[in-house]
Amino acid sequence: MPATKTAPPAKKAGSSPLLSLWKAYNETTSTRLKTIDSFLVFLMLSGIVQFLYCILITNFPFNAFLAGFASCVGQFVLTASLRAQVNPANRNEFKEVSPERAFADFALGSIVLHFFVYNFLG
Amino acid sequence: MPLAYSLPSNLSPATVTNTSSLLRIISLALISGAAIASRLFAVINFESIIHEFDPWFNYRATRVLAEKGFYAFWNWFDHTAWYPLGRVVGGTIYPGLMATSGVIYNVLHALNLPVDIRNICVLLAPGFSALTAWSTYMFTKEMKDESAGLLAAAFIGIAPGYISRSVAGSYDNEAIAIFLLMFTFYSWIKALKTGSAFFGTLTALFYFYMVAAWGGYAFITNMIPLHALTLILMGRFSSRLYVAYSSWYAIGTLASMQVPFVGFQPVRTSEHMAALGVFGLLQIVAFAELVRAHVSSKQFQSILFGSVIGIGLLGALAFGGLTYKGWIAPWTGRFYSLWDTGYAKKYIPIIASVSEHQPTAWPSFFMDLQFLIFLFPAGVVLCFRELRDEHVFVIIYAVVASYFAGVMVRLMLTLTPVVCVAAAVAFSSLLDTYIDPVEPEASDAAASPAEGTSAAGAAAAASDAGSSKKAKKAAAPDPGVASGILAAVAPSGSGPKSRGIFGLDTRGLVVFNALGMLLFFVLHCTYVTSSAYSSPSVVLASTNPDGSQHIIDDFREAYYWLRQNTPEDAVVMSWWDYGYQIAGMADRPTLVDNNTWNNTHIATVGKAMSSSEEVAYPILRKHDVDYVLVIFGGLIGYSGDDINKFLWMVRIAQGVWPEEIQEPNYFTPKGEYRIDDAAPATMKNSLMYKMSYYRFAELFGGNQAVDRVRGQQVPKTGPTLDYLDEAFTSENWIVRIYQVKKEDPLGRDLKAANAFANGKKRKKSKPLSRRRAVA
Repeated sequence: MPATKTAPPAKKAGSSPLLSLWKAYNETTSTRLKTIDSFLVFLMLSGIVQFLYCILITNFPFNAFLAGFASCVGQFVLTASLRAQVNPANRNEFKEVSPERAFADFALGSIVLHFFVYNFLG
Repeated sequence: MPLAYSLPSNLSPATVTNTSSLLRIISLALISGAAIASRLFAVINFESIIHEFDPWFNYRATRVLAEKGFYAFWNWFDHTAWYPLGRVVGGTIYPGLMATSGVIYNVLHALNLPVDIRNICVLLAPGFSALTAWSTYMFTKEMKDESAGLLAAAFIGIAPGYISRSVAGSYDNEAIAIFLLMFTFYSWIKALKTGSAFFGTLTALFYFYMVAAWGGYAFITNMIPLHALTLILMGRFSSRLYVAYSSWYAIGTLASMQVPFVGFQPVRTSEHMAALGVFGLLQIVAFAELVRAHVSSKQFQSILFGSVIGIGLLGALAFGGLTYKGWIAPWTGRFYSLWDTGYAKKYIPIIASVSEHQPTAWPSFFMDLQFLIFLFPAGVVLCFRELRDEHVFVIIYAVVASYFAGVMVRLMLTLTPVVCVAAAVAFSSLLDTYIDPVEPEASDAAASPAEGTSAAGAAAAASDAGSSKKAKKAAAPDPGVASGILAAVAPSGSGPKSRGIFGLDTRGLVVFNALGMLLFFVLHCTYVTSSAYSSPSVVLASTNPDGSQHIIDDFREAYYWLRQNTPEDAVVMSWWDYGYQIAGMADRPTLVDNNTWNNTHIATVGKAMSSSEEVAYPILRKHDVDYVLVIFGGLIGYSGDDINKFLWMVRIAQGVWPEEIQEPNYFTPKGEYRIDDAAPATMKNSLMYKMSYYRFAELFGGNQAVDRVRGQQVPKTGPTLDYLDEAFTSENWIVRIYQVKKEDPLGRDLKAANAFANGKKRKKSKPLSRRRAVA
C-alpha cells in the first residue's frame, strides 16, 4: 500500500526474496501497523474458512454465506484502508485525512457495512 | 502591470470571499428555481396529472405504499396484472422512487401538511431536478472551479435532454436517478481525491439508493471500475484509489443485494463482474506495492513476475469455469443490443418495439442539448490539458455515454450530465480568459521584475503593479488589499504574459457573443420544453382555428367509462402499452402491461389481435377476456395508435407462433403497408383491423372515408364483427372498447347466430350448428 519506498536495508545476496521480505517487514513496521496486520490476517483466514465451507459443504443459505463472506472482505478492505491512511509513509498522499479522521471513517464504514450484513443474514 | 479595466481597490479580501459565496448561494437558489419552474409547463398547460405509461404504475404503487404502509407494499401481490398470472410487485420493481415519495408524504403529514399523494408524485421530478443541479455544481467544482460549477448547474437545470424525462408528472425512475447518478459520481471523485473512506462509504450509500431506484445503476457499476482500471493502467495507482474503490465496492455491492429485484445478481451475472475483477486487481496491486516498499527492486521483480502470471491465469480460469458451469450468467439480451443495434430486432422484438430503444437521430442531439453539444468536445479537450484523476473520469464518461446515447434514444439521459459538465468547463474557461483584466506585455519592453519568479510571486507582483497604477485614482490604496482582491477575483491572472487579449473591444466582442449564446440557449430550452416535452400524452392538446387550446381527453373518458360501467373483475385486453394506464385509471385487470416480463403472454395478445375473429375468439375466451380496448387515431390523426404499432404485434406473435402468424401476409404483394381496398385479406380479417375500422365509414355519411394518420381511403363497406360487440367509442374515436360476446345460449356458432339475427338465413350455417349440438 505505501507508494513511497521506504528504502529497505541492503540485503545479503543469496537470501530468499521472501525471507528478506519478512525480515524487512519486521524491521520497518511499527507495532501499531502490526496490530492492524494481524487483524487483517485473522479476517483473511475467517473469509477463507467460510469460502471453503461454501464450496465443500453447502452454500444453502446463500445470502447468509454472502453476508458472512462480505463482512470479512468488507472489514478487510476497510481495515486495509485504515492501515494505508495511518501509515506514516503515506503521509503526503493523504493530506486531508488525519489518523483520527481515518479512524472515524473506518468506524463509520464498518457500522454501515455491518448494518447491511445484519440485514442480509436473514 | 496594465489592466484592461480597473478593479475596485478598497475592498477587503474577506468581503470579496463573503460576497462571492453569497452570490453563489443566490445563483444556486435561482438555478433551482428555474429548473423547477421550467418543468411546470405540463401542470400549467394541462393539469396536475401523471404522464404517459410507466408513471401510472409507479403512481399506483406509491398509493399502495402511502395508504397501506411499507410492509403491505413490500409484500404486494398484484393479481390484477398479467391476468391470470399476477405479479409479485415487491420483488419485481425498483422501490426507490416509491419509497422516496412515501417518505416525503409521511414527513409532510407528520408536519400536518395534508398534501395529496398525487401532487407529491407529480412534483417529485421537478424537485429532484433542483437537487440534480446542485450535485452537478458540486461535481463540476471538483473538475474546475465554482464558476464552472454554476454554469454546469444552470445547464443541467434547463437542458431539454434531462427535462424530457423529468417534467412535472413524469413520475418515473429517471426522475430521481439522475440526481443519484451525479451525486454518486461526485462522492466517488471526492473519495478518490481525498482518499477518505467516509466519501467511499457515501458513494456506496448513494450507489445503494441508485440501485434501489433505477435499472440504469449498471452504468455506475461499470463506470467506476472502468475509471479505476484506466488509472491503474496509466500508472496512477495510489492508496487513495485503493481506499476509495475498496470501500465503495465492499459496502456498495453488499448493499445492492438488499434490493429484492437485484438479488444475487452482483455475484452471479457478467454485467457486475468487471467491478469484481477490478476489486481483485486492486487488492493484488496494493499488496504488490506493500511488498515493494519492503524489498529491493530486483527481488521484487522476481516475486512479482511469478505471482502476476499465476494470479492472472487463475482469475481467467476461475471466471471461465464459473461461466461454463452456469454459476455466472452470461450477458443478457439487453446488453447485447447495446453493442449490436440489429440484435434486438432479430432476437427480442419486444425490446426493439419500444420507441425509446431506437437509435438516436442526429437532430435530436441538437434539440436536446443545443449549443452544449458543440462545446462538449472542447470541454473534453480541456480535460486533457490538466488530466488529473477526475478529468480522466470525465473523459471516460464522455466517450462511453456518447456511444450509448447514439445507440438508444433514452440513454441521451445519461449523456446530458457529462455534456453539461464538459460544456461548462469549456465555457467558463472562455469567460475566464476574456474577463481576466490582466493585459499581456506588449513586447520585450520593460522586463518586469516579476519575471522568472514563481506563479504566486508573480501574481502578487502583478497586483502590486496594478495597485500602484490605481494609486493615482484611489486615495489610500493598500497593496495587500488589492492583491487580495486580485487573487480572489481573477485567480487565473498570473503575472505578465506574452500572449493574451489586448484591449476592451476584443474582450467585449467575445463576452457579448458568449452571452448571446447563453441567451439563445435559454430561449431554445424554454421553447423545446414547452412545445415538445410537456405533453402528458394522457391528455392531448390541439389548437382551435382561433389559436385557443382544445383539449382531447379521450383516454380518461374511456378509462372512466370502464371504471363506471363494467364489473370490477372484468378483464380488459389491450396492447401492452396501455396496461399500466388501464390498471391505474380504470382499475381493471389486464392481460399484459408495460412490465414486459412475459414474452409469451404478450405474444398471445399479439396473436389474438393479428388473427381472424374465429381464431382469436377461443384465445379471448380462454383468458376470460371481457373487453378489448384498441387505440385508433384515424379520425383525428393521432399517429401513435394501434394500427401503427400493429406490425410489432405481428412480429412478436410470429416469434412464438411462426407457423400461424407471418409478417409478409400483412403487406401487399408490393410490400406496402396499406389499410385501404388494396389491403391483403389477412390484414382485413385481423381482429385489430376490424376493431379499428368497425363502422368507421358510416361516420362520413356516404362520402369517402379517409384515415387521417395513414392518409389512405378506407373501404366504404367496413368490416363486420361477429364475436365482439362495440361497447364504447370515445369522443374523438381514439379509444374504442369492444365487449367479447359470451357463447351463444342456443349453442350456435356466434357467426351463424349473428347472421340469423341480421335476418340473413344462410343455408350453410344451419347444418353447422346442428353438427355442433350433436357433438
